Amino acid sequence: MSRVLIFTRFERFWHWTQAVLVFGLLFTGFALHGTHQWIGYDLALRAHIVLAWNVIGLWVLAIFWHVTTGEWRQYVPTSRGLPVVAMYYAYGIFSGETKPFVSTPAAKHNPLQRLAYFGFKVLLAPALWISGLLLLFYAAWRPTALGAALPLAWVAYVHVAAAFGLVVFLIGHVYMAATTGRPWYAYLKSMITGYHEAEVAPPGAERDAYTPQVERSPKP
Amino acid sequence: MTAVDGDFGRRLVTAKPWMALLVLGTGLLFSAGFVSANDSAGANAADPELVPIRPPTGRTTTADHSKFEQLQGPFSSGPEVTAACLGCHTEAASQVHGSVHWNWRYEHPTTGQTLGKRHALNNLCLGIVGSYERCASCHVGYGWRDEHFDFTAQNKVDCLVCHDRTGTYEKFPTGAGHPAYEDTMFRGRLFEAVNLAHVAQNVGQTSRETCGGCHFHSGGGDAVKHGDLDSSLLAPSRVVDVHMSPEGLDFNCSTCHEFSGHDQAGSRYLVTAAPQHGIAIPGRESDRPACQSCHGDTPHARGIHDKLNQHAGFIACQTCHVPEIARGGLATKTLWDWSSAGRRSEAGVPVVERDEDGHIVYDGMKGNFEWRENYPPVYRWFDGTMRYTEAGERIDPSRPVDINRPEGEPPRNGARGNGARIWPFKVLEGHQPYDDVHQHIVVPRLFGRDETAYWRGYDWTRAIEAGMAEALRTGQTDAGFSGSHGFVETRMYWPVTHMVAPADMALSCESCHSVGGRLAGLAGLYIPGQDRHPLIETLGWAAVLLTLLGVLGHGLMRAVMVIRRRRPQPAAHTGDGV
Repeated sequence: MSRVLIFTRFERFWHWTQAVLVFGLLFTGFALHGTHQWIGYDLALRAHIVLAWNVIGLWVLAIFWHVTTGEWRQYVPTSRGLPVVAMYYAYGIFSGETKPFVSTPAAKHNPLQRLAYFGFKVLLAPALWISGLLLLFYAAWRPTALGAALPLAWVAYVHVAAAFGLVVFLIGHVYMAATTGRPWYAYLKSMITGYHEAEVAPPGAERDAYTPQVERSPKP
Repeated sequence: MTAVDGDFGRRLVTAKPWMALLVLGTGLLFSAGFVSANDSAGANAADPELVPIRPPTGRTTTADHSKFEQLQGPFSSGPEVTAACLGCHTEAASQVHGSVHWNWRYEHPTTGQTLGKRHALNNLCLGIVGSYERCASCHVGYGWRDEHFDFTAQNKVDCLVCHDRTGTYEKFPTGAGHPAYEDTMFRGRLFEAVNLAHVAQNVGQTSRETCGGCHFHSGGGDAVKHGDLDSSLLAPSRVVDVHMSPEGLDFNCSTCHEFSGHDQAGSRYLVTAAPQHGIAIPGRESDRPACQSCHGDTPHARGIHDKLNQHAGFIACQTCHVPEIARGGLATKTLWDWSSAGRRSEAGVPVVERDEDGHIVYDGMKGNFEWRENYPPVYRWFDGTMRYTEAGERIDPSRPVDINRPEGEPPRNGARGNGARIWPFKVLEGHQPYDDVHQHIVVPRLFGRDETAYWRGYDWTRAIEAGMAEALRTGQTDAGFSGSHGFVETRMYWPVTHMVAPADMALSCESCHSVGGRLAGLAGLYIPGQDRHPLIETLGWAAVLLTLLGVLGHGLMRAVMVIRRRRPQPAAHTGDGV
């Protein structure tokens, strides 16, 4: 067994803070949408806005971190290894095959994760933010040319559709990230402790070569 | 190592804990600031301590009318009192002559329609033609018996009906505007002879009693017509009317409906639907009696989103702050069906039926009624212009006819406001006579001293003939009457603006932001919480459900396979049992 630090303190803080904010946004957002009436509309709106500003603030910080550390490359999608990982989840996982990917600090996410997270960051999140900010500041742009071109309903449709996309993403993410490790909770644990406990050189680990690695300089 | 090119990772730094604390701290500060700012401002706006003291009555005048020799009497008629008044108030009658209270005529500047009670139709008592003696019980004049009434006569102005402070002056219902000079019975009620000298010596400013004498009882009785004006406003609780309540600001009608030269601010034909001048500053143009002339255009605490003030740009204050119609404990009339009128007892007395609450639900003179109390208004875009269906205007009797219709379209996107806002209305449903050959609304003569009046002969044809002949004489319409009538469904829209509730009783967000909310069906809106795209909804939930089923199925299969793998196999076949 070896213990490798996969998720730095910042990444864990960012992940779990975002998780709390996103669940809060979904809860208050579906209250605003009229899906449930567990909290009043006024409270839901105020909470939704506060949570939204916080998640935006968090992302500004996270983007800064990813750019300055170069860690953003962890999310560049790759097709290499994708079929192998996809086949593993579609078939091999049932017959007890070893996962064809091992997290390392240089390649934290398997190709399927890369694709999913990339989609979340590039499509879902911006769709939610841009439409959300437009909804928040509707009164300012309604009388302008943008208001003439863009009906409020369309903005709201994008926001709601992206929110559904977010729910779909979360269900898949929670299932895959929290239950498909070995033991089943291994990934969840490493997202809490930061460390990944892996058998050294598991069989098939060489397939990691499919996945682009982030180079890093040795710690001083 | 991989094909990933070179140097980007070299600057990798390990995240420091202080960064995490920084973002968390900033976020919390941000949030806390927003929330507390909102709460404190909200508390300020509803501070019950900010209730001004009303100046004691009696200090508003420098004259004691009881000391005036001219007013010692005795007076034998109203016009005699008026003549005495005019001895000092030399211009008062001319001023009244210029007012809608006297002329009952209103030239609408937008539609060009000639309105006012002399011309406009309604679906209560239908129209005044020929019934002047009865209708004039709410005219600020004396002696309007027929079309020959002299609208230039100075001593025909009734000063006392507005300036009485004794509460003893009341026009007799069928006296053509005169009070009862002798004790007289009317439909079972005694009207005592008025002491004109006593009233004249105690005149003063108008009061809610004098205004309410007509406006609270319009349409034939207390609370009948408006739904937001009834006798509960004589001394309302703070909950019923935050402005007029003695527990609150104790406003009179004229506190908001300011009079200048006997001409008042406020019209229901041309409503100031979207005030533009903010708080009323002396010497500048003002929108009195609009709410904004005291409260300004942005009266709400900004909070973190300022959505309420933004709402105020396209929603009338009344829409949220007058949450229900008829909030004072008196039901208002919601249906008046003339088609069933005419039932009389064998003795010829009109039948009257009441429901368990004592409301008249059938009157042989008037037909069927329905009443409602404390119920939600309907909402319409309204730019202040009321367009009327005129007598003689062709109608489509296959659908309800709007006797009056609030005009206004939702503001166009990409443009500033067009003056229309969402307003609350009381809708009064009617069923009233129309000419089913010429297809227009007709006005029957209801009251009169001969058999052509409906309330004497109970013959619609003769009453309509008499009414339309009178309408022709007075210029209300040039349409004739074919001699054949039917009854058509009609609607009237009465803007709701009085009985303003305290702020904490205003509509909540959910009143509109929910499925089937109050603005359901109103054009030009997307309301979060109410509106949704059915396809997005269906596909969205289908995707969520399928994903959920997918991961559950996937997980279940994994579990099953694990168990199957762990099951001991016969040793003869494999050697790797657990």
